[in-house]
Amino acid sequence: MGKARGKALGSQAGGRKAKPPSNPNPFEVKINRQKFQILGRKTRHDVGLPGISRAKAIKKRTQTLLKEYKERDKSNVFTDKRFGEYNTKITPEEKMMKRFALERQRNNEKKSIYNLNEDEELTHYGQSLADIEKFNDIVDSDSDTEERGMLSAELTASHFGGGGGLLRKKTSEPGEEEEKPKSRKELIEELIAKSKQEKRERQTQRENALELTEKLDSDWKEIQFLLSRKTSKLEKKDKEEKPKPDAYDIVVRELGFEMKAQPSDRMKTEEELAKEEQARLKKLEADRLRRMLGKEEDENIKKPKHMSADDLNDGFVLDKDDRRLLSYKDGKINQEIDDPNEEEQAQEGSEEDWKEREGDKESDTEDSEESDAPDSHSDLESHVDSEEEDIIHENQQKKQLQAPEKKSSDANQKAMIEAARSELPYTFAAPDSYEELKALLSGKSTEQQLVVIERIQKCNHPSLAVGNKAKLEKLFGFLLEYIGDLAAKAPPDLKTIDKLVVQLYSLCQMFPEFASSSVKFVLRDVVHEMEEMIEIKGRAAFPGLDVLIYLKITGILFPTSDFWHPVVTPALVCMSQILTKCPVTSLQDVVKGLFVCCLFLEYVSLSQRFVPELINFLAGVLHIATPNKGTSGYTLVHPFKPLGRNSELLFVSDKEDMDTWPKKGLPLSKVNGLKDSSKTETNHIRLSCVSVCLNLIKRCLAMYSTLPSLPEIMKPIKVLLTEHIPECGHPRELQELCQSILQEMENQGKNYQPLVCEKSKPVPLKLFTPKLVKVLEFGRKQGSSKEEQERKRLIHKHKREFKGAVREIRKDNQFLARMQLTEIMERDSERKRKVKQLFSSLATQEGEWKALKRKKFKK
Amino acid sequence: MEPASGVAELGRWLEAALKSRSGANAVFDILGVLQSDEEDDILSATHTCSRLFGALLERGELFVGHLPEEEAAMSGSGSALQKYKVWMRHRYNSCCSRLSELLGHRSFKVKELALCTLMKFVQLEGAHPLEKSKWEGNYLFPRGLLLSVVEGLIPTEVDSSLLISRFQEYLEHDDVRYHTMQAVVDLVARVTDTHQQQGVPPTFWNNTFTLISAVSLPRQQSDISNFYVKHKEMLKKWKVTQLKEHKHVFEKMWFSFLKHKLPVSLYKKVLVIMHDSILPHMSQPSLMIDFLTNAYDIGGAISLLALHGLFILIHQHNLEYPDFYQKLYSLLDPSVFHVKYRARFFHLADLFLSSSHLPAYLVAAFAKRLCRLSLTAPPEALLMVIPFICNLLRRHPACKALIHRPSAEASGLTADPYDMKEKDPAKSHALESCLWELKTLQRHYHPEVARAALAINQALSPHEVSIAQLLELSPYEMFEKDFKKEESGLVPLEFLQPQGLLGRRGDLSGEHFTLD
Repeated sequence: MGKARGKALGSQAGGRKAKPPSNPNPFEVKINRQKFQILGRKTRHDVGLPGISRAKAIKKRTQTLLKEYKERDKSNVFTDKRFGEYNTKITPEEKMMKRFALERQRNNEKKSIYNLNEDEELTHYGQSLADIEKFNDIVDSDSDTEERGMLSAELTASHFGGGGGLLRKKTSEPGEEEEKPKSRKELIEELIAKSKQEKRERQTQRENALELTEKLDSDWKEIQFLLSRKTSKLEKKDKEEKPKPDAYDIVVRELGFEMKAQPSDRMKTEEELAKEEQARLKKLEADRLRRMLGKEEDENIKKPKHMSADDLNDGFVLDKDDRRLLSYKDGKINQEIDDPNEEEQAQEGSEEDWKEREGDKESDTEDSEESDAPDSHSDLESHVDSEEEDIIHENQQKKQLQAPEKKSSDANQKAMIEAARSELPYTFAAPDSYEELKALLSGKSTEQQLVVIERIQKCNHPSLAVGNKAKLEKLFGFLLEYIGDLAAKAPPDLKTIDKLVVQLYSLCQMFPEFASSSVKFVLRDVVHEMEEMIEIKGRAAFPGLDVLIYLKITGILFPTSDFWHPVVTPALVCMSQILTKCPVTSLQDVVKGLFVCCLFLEYVSLSQRFVPELINFLAGVLHIATPNKGTSGYTLVHPFKPLGRNSELLFVSDKEDMDTWPKKGLPLSKVNGLKDSSKTETNHIRLSCVSVCLNLIKRCLAMYSTLPSLPEIMKPIKVLLTEHIPECGHPRELQELCQSILQEMENQGKNYQPLVCEKSKPVPLKLFTPKLVKVLEFGRKQGSSKEEQERKRLIHKHKREFKGAVREIRKDNQFLARMQLTEIMERDSERKRKVKQLFSSLATQEGEWKALKRKKFKK
Repeated sequence: MEPASGVAELGRWLEAALKSRSGANAVFDILGVLQSDEEDDILSATHTCSRLFGALLERGELFVGHLPEEEAAMSGSGSALQKYKVWMRHRYNSCCSRLSELLGHRSFKVKELALCTLMKFVQLEGAHPLEKSKWEGNYLFPRGLLLSVVEGLIPTEVDSSLLISRFQEYLEHDDVRYHTMQAVVDLVARVTDTHQQQGVPPTFWNNTFTLISAVSLPRQQSDISNFYVKHKEMLKKWKVTQLKEHKHVFEKMWFSFLKHKLPVSLYKKVLVIMHDSILPHMSQPSLMIDFLTNAYDIGGAISLLALHGLFILIHQHNLEYPDFYQKLYSLLDPSVFHVKYRARFFHLADLFLSSSHLPAYLVAAFAKRLCRLSLTAPPEALLMVIPFICNLLRRHPACKALIHRPSAEASGLTADPYDMKEKDPAKSHALESCLWELKTLQRHYHPEVARAALAINQALSPHEVSIAQLLELSPYEMFEKDFKKEESGLVPLEFLQPQGLLGRRGDLSGEHFTLD
């Protein structure tokens, strides 16, 4: 009880504090002095009004506690009979409604003579106030305007004339209507009856008006459609009435609306095209360089894509300008067949049609392939990224430019192709398996095979049908396999491969993902095979020609200068393994090894990267070209051994063969079988190997001239060239080559700059700034979880409340004790007073009695 | 004789021989079948013998003690039972000798069965000894029988690794192992004696190595509790129960093996297992010092392998090895990146060079030499050796001059001051040089290698890079890693169109190679 009271007190006190009295008595104000000023702390109890608040508390207690105390033994109770006062289930609104209803009921029960209207509707001029508020009575407003400013005499008389008017009436015509003048009561009743009648009349009038409007509405509806027809005619009449436009106007309008030729870019000149081509190549080269330096990854991370402020972020990208440039070629419009249907029709057209077209093509300056090229381009759009699409497009343009020059030289070949073309059917289904492709191509000449593949490609262009993309992707895989087979044949069909590479390239441009993964898997097979062989035998044999061809094709299809490339990097590792893990046991192995070296050099020719395996292998090849004397001054690495069976593999002792040696390239086709050649021929190949080796060394020397430790790298080769090779008595050409290499080695500047690390950023000094912790709320314990904080808060609150309650109870008791004491004191003083009174009255009695007695005695 | 009926026949004979002593002559028939050439006959006869003599051993019907000559015993005076026992013991002996002959049979099945039978006899004979115990608690083990088994296990002509692997399960028993080791010592001495003139055939050594490398001692004395022959109580004083004795015999066995001239491949094998299955089991590992130092001096792969053993001796047994680091330095040659034991070598080299008390010139010489050699190394070795070198530089801040020499005095050198041919690292002038080779490797074709070499461009981070997982990196793993690396976005394509296989880029392959 006390607690609840205390709370109420507190809240009251708080409420008062928010609005302190304007000028409190300074003697009543108590200021709690603060020892320290703390920033940000709310001071709640700095100023207090103890006297006032004590008075308030006492007053409150006298009102509540004292009352209770006084009524402590009383059994009477105060009952509150207000409806639903203590019923919490009823909302205040409902409560009010109900109470209102009850009140009305109570009111209705008692009849009053002044209660004129039985209905509870409030009226003004006999109209309900609610209606007036709606302002929907138009008639009334009209009548208002008519009699504006005029009040009825009766009304004025009744309202403003007051009793006087009535009295006047009464006085003016007293005997006219009734002998007896009307009493006030009668007058009023009359007035009321009048007003009631007026009201009734007005109501009927209004009802009539409403009825009439409704009728009018329905009538209007009936005739409305007639009206509308009429109006259209009316309008027509209006138009005819307008002046007729004359011919000039018509012509002007027509000209205004006529389709105009859209302004287009002007035709490009040859120089501009060349310049564009150059710019494109420059961009591609810059791209390549960027990849070579391996910057791509960093840049991708660093630079978020530019986003326009107007970007809706809906992923829509206008990837290319769809408009096509109008360009002329040899006086004809360079038209591109755009409609796939049209193309399809062309494909499926009759044979004569085809022949005709081909005839046309031959007469054209264009190569037969070129006319097909644009359509392949146009169809790529949906499949290939716009950039690559551009590349292809530009490539074709380039080809078109080159075509006239090429034409004369290729005339022969073209004739053959044409011949092959005419012999073969025009449509081919895409092969579903490798066997099918093999069956299609077997027994055909190189040209025919080319045509077949070209036609497969055309008939199954991705734009023609849904599944064609997958079909062509498969074709790429099959072609790759077919090339491997061709290379593995007894006399390898390298001519066909040579031609197929172009097809492979174009397919690769169409499906880069698939092409890269299939080449990767081919390489993986190669490496896997080698790994298995190494595990079983401890060493691996040189792989066949097919592997070499695959590696070469990898270099053709993909850019080899990239810092990291998903296909080329594994290919490099594969080549490195070939050069380090496969011991050289025969002349074929040497040729293969040299071919791999050559590939390595080609791969790194642009990026100029360092390949240790290459130098090792070339040094090894030089070693096996010298007579066997062990290694002095140089060391050989793994696949080569200083002594042994194959350590004189390339050594030629026959003087005659040396003199007859013709300088020519090494035949790749002999790689598969070299056994059946004569001794002289073998010796010639040996010499060719040495020659190739020396050439490659020269190349390396030029390429690695900037490497800081070039002399160390080239040291074994230098020793071999200066000390061992001259003893072999090689032909003059080779000796000259040796000399030139040595000369170049001498010329290489030997400059050793000491290494210096890049300056690293200085480590910043340790700063002793205080650790800043974000304080969310003062007075709250920091650094614990939310639950813990809440718990602490509650404990704290409970403690405070408990203390407050104890204090209140104590004060209540003190108050009560004080009250009891005053009561007792009052009672006592009363009693004292009464006793005093009694004594005094007794004393006076006694006194009087004594006085009487004395009087008697006196008497 | 038909095999099918042969089995039945053998069964009958066995029954007769076991039923009563009068049917003992059936043993002759059984032994006769054992002599046959047919594989099946031998197998069934061996089974029969095993059951027959097993039963007889258990019954105690074999003569115990020093066996007299058969004729003498038969003719001499003695009870019929005594005579029977002596006779039967002779049959048992001939059976055992035949079985040990069969260990060299061409069929593995026969060999295996003979081995198992002999080992069963060993067990039974151990439980029912055929020798009289000379005093109370005398430890008896059929040593003679086991010796014949071991002799069969290491023939001089044929490879018997399969049979030895079968024998390995018996080697888990402590007593069998103990006595086998003793038998090997005897046998090696005997064989080398007999082959003194023409030299011992390498197959014998190979077989011996296979057998003795399979021997592995328990680590603790308490682990010796697994005995093949069960005795009622194992007395403490028996040598076979003492790990110390086991170690002693183990050591003796290895020394008897290693003191002979072995094939080179075998030395390699011995060195490979030296550190973890030989040295810890020896009672005095320091006795191996001579062997290991000699092997270390040979050079090449053998030296690399001897390193580990030497390391254990130096580390745990206080071996003082002068010029150890000089030797290690001379081991570094180009082949070190190509040999099979590359991972092992670099693991050890890392250990040896992990001391921070090494002089700076020495570490610099190692770092420089490794750099120089890395110019011929394959990428997988480079991936390991570049962090290795960087770790060296991190451990020895004095060597950081190799990659960071800001003073301009040394600029404009005409040659590398480092002398590759100098054997002594102190005189190699490595500290005056710089690691230009790493600068060269920054242009390596493999992106990972180039990236690793780029680390020297900045000041090295103070934390070492663990090379443990790089040690075993094979080129195939490297390939797989590149192969599986996820490409982001599109695959870049070559933008220049080819004109043929050797065509457009025609610079090199077109120049030097022709298609026909």
